[in-house]
Amino acid sequence: MRKITGSQMIIKCLKQEGVEVIFGYPGGKVIPLYDTLFDSDIRHILVRHEQGASHAADAYARATGKVGVCVSTSGPGATNLVTGIANAHMDSVPMVAITGQVATAEIGTDAFQEADITGITAPITKHNYLVKDINNLPSVIKEAFYIASTGRPGPVVIDIPVDISTAMIDENAEGKIDLPGYKPTYKGNQKQIKQAAKKIFESKKPVIFSGGGVISSGASEILTHFAQKAKIPVITSMLGLGSFPEDHPLALNMAGMHGTRYANMAFTETDLIIAVGARFDDRVTGKVSGFAPHASVIHIDIDPAEIGKIVDVTVPVVGNAKDVLTDLSQRYFELDNRKSIQKKKPWVDYLMGLKEKYPLMYDKKSPNLKPSYIVEKLYELTGGDAIICTEVGQNQMWAAQFYTYTKPRTWISSGGLGTMGFGLPAAIGAKTGRPDKTVIDIAGDGSIQMVSQELATAVSNQIPVKIMLLNNGYLGMVRQWQELFFKKRYAQTCIRECVDFVKLVEAYGGVGIRVTDKKDVEGAIKKALEIDNVVMVDFWIEGEENVYPMVAPGAPISEMLEWEY
Amino acid sequence: MSHIISVLVENKAGVLAKISGLFSRRGFNIDSLAVGTTEDKTVSRITIAVQADQRGIEQVVKQLYKLINVLKIQELEPANIVERELVLIKVATDAKNRAEILEIVNIFRANIVDVAKKSLLIEITGTSSKVEALRELLDPYGILELTRTGKIACTRGSKRL
Repeated sequence: MRKITGSQMIIKCLKQEGVEVIFGYPGGKVIPLYDTLFDSDIRHILVRHEQGASHAADAYARATGKVGVCVSTSGPGATNLVTGIANAHMDSVPMVAITGQVATAEIGTDAFQEADITGITAPITKHNYLVKDINNLPSVIKEAFYIASTGRPGPVVIDIPVDISTAMIDENAEGKIDLPGYKPTYKGNQKQIKQAAKKIFESKKPVIFSGGGVISSGASEILTHFAQKAKIPVITSMLGLGSFPEDHPLALNMAGMHGTRYANMAFTETDLIIAVGARFDDRVTGKVSGFAPHASVIHIDIDPAEIGKIVDVTVPVVGNAKDVLTDLSQRYFELDNRKSIQKKKPWVDYLMGLKEKYPLMYDKKSPNLKPSYIVEKLYELTGGDAIICTEVGQNQMWAAQFYTYTKPRTWISSGGLGTMGFGLPAAIGAKTGRPDKTVIDIAGDGSIQMVSQELATAVSNQIPVKIMLLNNGYLGMVRQWQELFFKKRYAQTCIRECVDFVKLVEAYGGVGIRVTDKKDVEGAIKKALEIDNVVMVDFWIEGEENVYPMVAPGAPISEMLEWEY
Repeated sequence: MSHIISVLVENKAGVLAKISGLFSRRGFNIDSLAVGTTEDKTVSRITIAVQADQRGIEQVVKQLYKLINVLKIQELEPANIVERELVLIKVATDAKNRAEILEIVNIFRANIVDVAKKSLLIEITGTSSKVEALRELLDPYGILELTRTGKIACTRGSKRL
């Protein structure tokens, strides 16, 4: 019986799980692991801060559908992963984070670089492990990948003390999954599905509300087919962008705080919401008591805890979006759907009218450099075929509103946690997973400064991401709130004229392009897309441009601050 | 409203922390919590008394189910269970009132488990209301210390959780 080290076993298990890429950063307690990795054909992307590793792994998972993997050392390395782990948790992203830990005998002694990472991450992981016995290692890794990728996906942390990674184990030791308390439901209850079909049949004003779960379960195609055939309009949540083609006539686009007027009105007037893989986040519902006052709700979700959490549900269906939609679609079309479609037609016509009357708008005639114009141009020049990552704030909302998402996994943005600094490492992760795609980070000058060190990661690993920096010299979204709700008192939100972003990206070995004039936008984007290197285009956009429409915090989504039509 | 939830969990390190953390994180107050192994040593049973409205309790149960090490959960119907708590009460006494206290203890079918010159240690097992009644009666004598296990409960009849 040949014995191998714990580190060798880790790498062996990772390979068995099909891991091709790890995002990570070495340190004292993972030196043995990195020593083994040195001889492995698993690709390792060295980030410049562990937060970058966790975001990159997160976006890698979102772009490919595979489990993203990140590695850090103990203590500060592990705590630096925390934001990225919380981000993945909020957005249900399959991820495995491996952290080094001090030796088992030192645990609890406040040893050098010791942090209780399983304690710290308990509320922000789907599950976590501290491996105290080398014999458990293969099973723990197997279970971690299984938990991360099944049911409602989420991050799993495996904390591995350094003496475990140097201990010896039988090379043929096999892991097995033993999780008696974990049995995710995929197939929906047929009686509930039948009832849901009946509800849809009876409804005069239905809308489908498509969330991130549709994308992660691979249900976009069936959802699109169902909506199209049943002629039911589709609203998406922010994470649901790309789950239904936005260029389709039935698309009502994104709802919520910065959603379209027609989507918010559809929610307000509908008699039936068919929610699929969406969790009624407060950014979607606004004031809950004013949300969808006339609607019954069919809620399809793989996580029973999401059903009835925020809104009252008429027909709950626990299951995987893809399986349930397949069954629901079949049930529905068994009914006389021609009659049903006829009944819904006035509603659909009404919404199509709203869509025409209240499109997303900005001052198109303005000679000034408008962020919305830049995002529209990006769509045009990429043919809608790029993967768009974003930072958080105004840049994110303009990116959500003015790019047209037609395919799943082309929109990668921090939803639930709203993590500034997500976009650049996310673009690195997405491009690593999908090297065939153009990957763009639509950034803000505030957010990107939280992670600008990752420019080094992108350049040195030859990951040619394109950064479209919507530079307004402000922490723009907070400034917008200050303008609208705090009498224009711009407390700590003006960050103008501190950084020369062109020089910054050049310092890292990338290419910088500055655009200050509307007429140069197209040329700059074209050039950026052509250059086979990391490119940052520094667009000096109008400083005090706001994101509209907007629902004031605490208001119902029917009350929108508007672009003046 | 008070609810009693019985949770069967895998008997592994860190599980109790995950469960109690979930309650505080989701904004629920635990009245009492008792934990110990069951007839199966690999399984522990946690009995939690919690204040919540109906929607809240549903949410707690669903969130608990999401913890990977949680095997089974049951919200116990007060009418259909036997509920017990063990409490130790140390009361100040002197020669004059000792007999009086003993009488109270006898009426409650509680036990004296330690006698000292100036105190009595009383052990009582029962429902919370019984314990509470004894506490009230002993209060005037001066309760020096009181410690309780927290509620445990079992359903009546042969059905198992």
